[in-house]
Amino acid sequence: MSRDPFSLWVYLSQSPLLWLSVTLLVYATADAISIWTHRHPLANPVLHSMWIIGVFLRVTNTSYTTYFGGAQFVHFLLGPATVALAVPLYENRKVVASAILPMLASLAAGSVTAVASVVLLAEAAGLPREVVLSMAPKSVTAGVAMGISESLHADPSLTAVAVILTGIMGAIAVTPLMNWMSITDFRARGFAVGIAAHGIGTARAFQVDAVAGVFAGIAMSLNALVTSLLVPLAVTFLLR
Amino acid sequence: MIASLSLILLCQLAGEALVRSLGLTMPGPVIGLMLLLLLLLLRDRFALLARGPLQGDGVESTSRGLLANLSLLFVPAGVGVVQKLDLIVDHGIAFLGVLAISVLITLLVTVATFLIASRLMTREEHKP
Repeated sequence: MSRDPFSLWVYLSQSPLLWLSVTLLVYATADAISIWTHRHPLANPVLHSMWIIGVFLRVTNTSYTTYFGGAQFVHFLLGPATVALAVPLYENRKVVASAILPMLASLAAGSVTAVASVVLLAEAAGLPREVVLSMAPKSVTAGVAMGISESLHADPSLTAVAVILTGIMGAIAVTPLMNWMSITDFRARGFAVGIAAHGIGTARAFQVDAVAGVFAGIAMSLNALVTSLLVPLAVTFLLR
Repeated sequence: MIASLSLILLCQLAGEALVRSLGLTMPGPVIGLMLLLLLLLLRDRFALLARGPLQGDGVESTSRGLLANLSLLFVPAGVGVVQKLDLIVDHGIAFLGVLAISVLITLLVTVATFLIASRLMTREEHKP
């Protein structure tokens, strides 16, 4: 037992153990509340975990680099989780195979809309050119979006902000929006949220319905491919 | 479970290696996804492949476990965004408004296209 609580804090706050524990503990609590509210859209566990941990870091004056030292073990699993999407895809292969045409049509329409709408709206709102470019790839998963942003000489960290906010907004909006329009086809609901709101939307879809989750995962993966080709094209056409 | 996790990591590793060596634009994990899907389909064809993590729900249950907690994996990146709140404040409400409207439009266009295309398809099938 340390006699000086401050020196114990100094030691722990520099170790990955503390920040990994904080990440898991806050998420477990946020997820329990989400389950308790029957997965209410506003009880989104990503949203609430991120601001609670953010406030905690600010209060304890901890840098993001120190925090990430512990949180990187969780962050690393994003890649393996993408590979793991093969399993629900395999298990639902008959449903997926019968929906190839609607998927390709809505992939084309959705990915063009995602890029064109944000570029045109941001231009109309009078945002500076660099910000517009940074927002263009906001509907694809963070790693890919930041790569696109870099290749456009935009600001990758602003792109990451746009990507995460888009994911959370999509995850919150999708269920009320689709219920309000009485859309009961979970293939279509899942596919739409995968295109518009990448992995955070896909995580939401898996909470609501297994088939929706599968279609969201496919949409997210295909959109990552299409958008990396589409954004440079769209930027040339829309911003000249 | 360790064997299943190793198989998933190996698929991702092969995906990253392919992307790097061929200079592809797609992300490595997406190629890994396709490789794992291919392995699962081949296993059903050839009994020889049904061993280790590819038998008795091995890689399937590990993958389901990972995906059940998909939301958790976005928390570290999300905390990074909270740290960059000044960037959002700089660009003000327009930044948030543009993102929100764009998400809604994208959701609507995608879901409408999907439903129209799938309705057209079933109509084609019912034609004599």
